[in-house]
Amino acid sequence: MSLRTPLSEAKGLGSAKEGAGHWWLQRLTAIALIPLVIWLAFAVAMLGDASYETVLAWLETPYVAVLLILLVAATFYHTQLGLQVIVEDYVHGWLKIVTLILINFLCIVFAVAGIVALLKIFL
Amino acid sequence: MAQFTLPANSVVKPGKTFKCITGSKNIKKVTVYRYEPETGENPRTDTYEVDMDDCGPMILDILIKIKNEIDPTLSFRRSCREGICGSCSMNINGSNTLACTKAVDDYKGDLKIYPLPHMPVVKDLVADLTNFYAQYASVKPWMQSDSPPPPDRERLQSKEDREKLEGLEECILCACCSTSCPSYWWNSDRYLGPATLLQAYRWIADSRDEATGERLDELEDPFKLYRCHTIMNCTNTCPKGLNPAKAIAEIKKLIVERRN
Repeated sequence: MSLRTPLSEAKGLGSAKEGAGHWWLQRLTAIALIPLVIWLAFAVAMLGDASYETVLAWLETPYVAVLLILLVAATFYHTQLGLQVIVEDYVHGWLKIVTLILINFLCIVFAVAGIVALLKIFL
Repeated sequence: MAQFTLPANSVVKPGKTFKCITGSKNIKKVTVYRYEPETGENPRTDTYEVDMDDCGPMILDILIKIKNEIDPTLSFRRSCREGICGSCSMNINGSNTLACTKAVDDYKGDLKIYPLPHMPVVKDLVADLTNFYAQYASVKPWMQSDSPPPPDRERLQSKEDREKLEGLEECILCACCSTSCPSYWWNSDRYLGPATLLQAYRWIADSRDEATGERLDELEDPFKLYRCHTIMNCTNTCPKGLNPAKAIAEIKKLIVERRN
């Protein structure tokens, strides 16, 4: 039985005075992903059964490289923000910290790997 | 980590059945969650057959009839019987509402009555709302103003500004919304929940209050405010027809507005 007052428990450690940035960026990346994903779906459909060389040539087009790099960055940023919310909802204690660190690292690794792959083809 | 099964001492077991002895054809079967902490027994569900020819039209009338005529050990909160005190909030056939303003005829078939979900139970249908009330107190739900009130009259407010409080000041703190919210179930130690956030917005929206900035400062927190994922259970369940989800969205909008 805790001897702390209910108000002291409810106030806890107080307000972190942040969270708005996370919330706003999750929505911004979601909005950015709508046109990017639609564009990618159409572009891949248009490529159809094009040959390896044709697809490589397509990936070397500057605007394609720019859009794909933006898509990879936005996707993994959005993934990281979204997974963080889910983990904070359901996981508590030290396991939460460990999971959040892993998610952050993995999203950065995947994003950098994707962008490097695109740049290697483009450059 | 999230818990997927009930602890052994929380598993609800079948209880007694009280048959109707009046011989009436108009019978309502009412299954009620029962828990008595003194006995150390698991919670159970007792079933009562209620003669609806001799009972008032509301769910609360059924509960009062059970307590008066069938089983006096049943505990539940009630006071005003007209939806203004917020005492008789409970879970009826799967959704939270006030027993006093919900008509029996709104439900087809049998009734299942449980306490508000995911709250500690004091006894039977009485949930422990200590943390809920403490969270309400933590948002300082009173007028904060540096300017003294005019000496000769009350603080004035334009009709337009008063209209902004419509849909907010009617909240009776019955806790139906907060206890219907999955985010509140998993994180009620830190997430304030829809009822408290609606009340916080009631003061943010009040033109006479001068602590809007401090109130937003206090709310801007990944857990206090941003555990709300617009699930909308709060708005669906509110027995007063209010929209806590919209109030929370307004708070989020104001916080973005002041930083952009």
